Amino acid sequence: MNEIILQVEDLRTSFFTRMGEVKAVDGISFYVRAGETFGIVGESGCGKSVTGLSILRLLPEPGGRIIGGKIILEGRNLMELNKKQMRAYRGKMISMILQDPMSSLNPVYQIGDQIAESVRLHQGLPENMVEPEVISALRLLRIPSPEMILKEYPFQLSGGMRQRVVGSVAMSCHPRLLIADEPTTALDATIQAQYIALFEDIQQKTNVAIIFITHDFGVVSRICDRVGVMYAGKIVETAPTREIFKAPRHPYTSALIHSVPSLDKKDDRLFSIEGQPPSMMNLPPGCRFCPRCTFSMDVCKEQEPPEIKLTEDHSVSCWRVK
Amino acid sequence: MQTTMVPNVEAKSKPRYTGISRRRRILKNLAMIIPAAVFILLILTAILAPWLAPYPYDKTSMTERRLPPAFVEGGSMKHFLGTDNLGRDVLSRVIYGARVSLSVSLMVIAITSGIGTALGITAGYLGGRTDAFIMRITDIALSFPGLLLAMLLAVSLGPGFFTVVLALSILGWSGYTRLIRGETLRIRNSDFVAQARIAGASPFRIMLRHIFPNILNPLIVVVTMAVGFMILAESGMSYLGIGIPPPMPSWGSMVADGRNDLDRAWWISMFPGILIGLVVMSGNFLGDWLRDKMDPRLRQL
Amino acid sequence: MPDVLLETRDLIKHYPVTRGFLQRTIGWVRAIDGVSFTIERGKTLSLVGESGAGKTTIAKAILLLEQLTSGSILFEGKDLYKFTNTQLRTEYKPKVQSVQQNPWSSMNPRMRVRDIVGEPLIVNTKLSKKEVYAKVAELLGKVGIASEGMVRYPHEFSGGQRQRIAVARALALNPNLVVLDEPVSALDVSIRAQIMNLLKDLQAEHNLSYLVIAHNLATVRYMSHSVAIMYLGQLVESGEAEALFERPLHPYTRALISASQLTLPEDSDQSSKQIILTGEMPSPVNPPPGCRFHTRCAEAQDTCAKEVPVMHVVGTQQVRCHNYD
Repeated sequence: MNEIILQVEDLRTSFFTRMGEVKAVDGISFYVRAGETFGIVGESGCGKSVTGLSILRLLPEPGGRIIGGKIILEGRNLMELNKKQMRAYRGKMISMILQDPMSSLNPVYQIGDQIAESVRLHQGLPENMVEPEVISALRLLRIPSPEMILKEYPFQLSGGMRQRVVGSVAMSCHPRLLIADEPTTALDATIQAQYIALFEDIQQKTNVAIIFITHDFGVVSRICDRVGVMYAGKIVETAPTREIFKAPRHPYTSALIHSVPSLDKKDDRLFSIEGQPPSMMNLPPGCRFCPRCTFSMDVCKEQEPPEIKLTEDHSVSCWRVK
Repeated sequence: MQTTMVPNVEAKSKPRYTGISRRRRILKNLAMIIPAAVFILLILTAILAPWLAPYPYDKTSMTERRLPPAFVEGGSMKHFLGTDNLGRDVLSRVIYGARVSLSVSLMVIAITSGIGTALGITAGYLGGRTDAFIMRITDIALSFPGLLLAMLLAVSLGPGFFTVVLALSILGWSGYTRLIRGETLRIRNSDFVAQARIAGASPFRIMLRHIFPNILNPLIVVVTMAVGFMILAESGMSYLGIGIPPPMPSWGSMVADGRNDLDRAWWISMFPGILIGLVVMSGNFLGDWLRDKMDPRLRQL
Repeated sequence: MPDVLLETRDLIKHYPVTRGFLQRTIGWVRAIDGVSFTIERGKTLSLVGESGAGKTTIAKAILLLEQLTSGSILFEGKDLYKFTNTQLRTEYKPKVQSVQQNPWSSMNPRMRVRDIVGEPLIVNTKLSKKEVYAKVAELLGKVGIASEGMVRYPHEFSGGQRQRIAVARALALNPNLVVLDEPVSALDVSIRAQIMNLLKDLQAEHNLSYLVIAHNLATVRYMSHSVAIMYLGQLVESGEAEALFERPLHPYTRALISASQLTLPEDSDQSSKQIILTGEMPSPVNPPPGCRFHTRCAEAQDTCAKEVPVMHVVGTQQVRCHNYD
């Protein structure tokens, strides 16, 4: 088995606002191996994007702060690095792709320059070797006629092509870990399928570890090897993809899977989860999903459930699981 | 089907400040408190002028001309800010001057913002030839030499309160039109405007009930800054002699009166001048603060 | 005999592309190029396609927010373009309402919920304010919002709740047809089910017809009686929903379905069935000659690049493809 590239232990991130402390991420732990894709699934407000930003230590200031836990990348705890060291890591060891390619690319610079900037910053290559490196990054993302794209501006490209360019920037320095935050949400279905197939290919070639943040189960089923399901700042279940779909153990995971209509048959009536996610400033004591859970017991209202390891790969945080 | 409800409680809960001490909070809001205080003081002074001023503004005295203010050698508490070249009490005239300046600028702002907003919304929403027509008139108004027009009006109608208001209003609305038109264009493409059209609402109803309430924010910012600017404009006119005629004091005309005495009786021009600057700056600061407050970035609601 | 509420015939909408100081027309964006379909009373038709396919343009045309270049829309058998403006305002518009995709921008942030939901009534009827508000309370009750919410502002509600309010507004005038443009795609996954169930219940209760614009096929399958698939301004396949999903005929339909499926790793034969299209949708300014899909179609042959395929009827479906000549 491949080595573990990233190990997150008990990560806690909060936002300090005028209204109080928002505990966006409240103690999560997971790991990702080289060449593996770990999916973080959840709805808006569950903390998945904040997790990605925390790993890169790119939280918006003022207000956002990691208040606890360890982020260990290839043996080094990123929380111990100072700003300069962290900057060296970003882009080179860890890279990120965001949802909207138009705002990830600077509209006034040519594509070639934007990728070259990343290459120059992190690889310290002699000037004549920069352009070949840029072109090879474009080829990795299967961009046709890369030499011509170098001189184009972002607005001249289609949405799918832009997202590939963003991918090129991210992969240009051969990072060990790539964090992708909803990169396919803004893409059309058929383009999305292309993009995901592309990333599977890249992962095979470069053995990069990927954290894929999304809310779309179709995408999860396709590209993720293992999945962590987040709810209200905590991971409620972690398992290999197949087991999440076929044998979910947490009531939230199960409810979520059943509330998504299936493409293979006509559902009679969809299961819908009552109520709404809790306010992140006034969290209920005990299990956070309890108010909406059809299986809740007394203990669920009072105490937060511990994380129980069912098998080597499958853990759940639920009182019902023994 | 259960009744879901309860709007987000957070929007209604009282803000608790964490991580920011009380003192820092006060300092942050100073940029609003001081200018707001200046404006409130200005309004109160204007309203209560007859009771606040120790002397009538036109009481001359041949024996007490050019007396220095109380805190300068040779002055006395009898005339706290001294007297001008005709022996009139500077303090009283400054107080009455506040009344003049404020009333002129409020009236002008009411007229110009009203016309400018109406034209801007109409141009922005209806588009096409209406838009082109209104914008051309606005361009003409913007480029027309305002001072020249003011002088012509003063000469033909005679100087006076209403002449000043007319002179400043007749072109002043153009500053609002372009801004409001821009905001209207932005809102016109909103989904909720499309919904209103689907519901069958008339263009007039849409402009009044959907566009107008949503342009209030930038409008308020501009109006706040305009107060200071209007006072400056009126002062300029009065300084040139085409504004409020004597004996009614205007800060601008007071500065003009003291023009020849700058070397020996500097206080005649100085105090009204300082006040003009103070009010203009307060308007700018307040406007800036309001603009930051209303920034969409802060609209996490 | 199906009870047809709305029928479109050969809808065409071309936008001019202008260039230069004098705004010379140098080309046309062929947003929709000959689209025909029917919507039955009490049933849901979903219009499916990717961005640039033209579905939003069709929705706007039906809502009279856009003028067509040519083609006709028949409502209850009568041609809309023969209606006078007054007739459109009194006999058509109130019967065809809409729910939009974005629950945050579809409501005036400065208006209270009761005025937002009541606006169609205020504009179109002579009811007093009290009567209007009473109706609003009733409508909100139907969508599951308590009447205390009437005096609140939209920002005080969550996305799912706002979408419910939007549905209440759409029902205010007792419409026959509601056009829903991606009604759930901006909502969280667990909320989508709530809204979809609500829509289905209301459809049964009020015999409403829905025209749903969507790109998520699973949502479409759950909600629709019939489906029309669009590509680059034309319909490529349409028909009864279940038949279409069980036996998709057009290569593009198959690719769409494949792209939206769940594929679990151990289904090894799934990956060979996965259809990944090459390239991207061409620009509607210069659609490919012949069949517009041929540039990305794995089954394309020589005729596909030369001749435009016509719609063939195959069972309960219609398909525009040379494979079925």
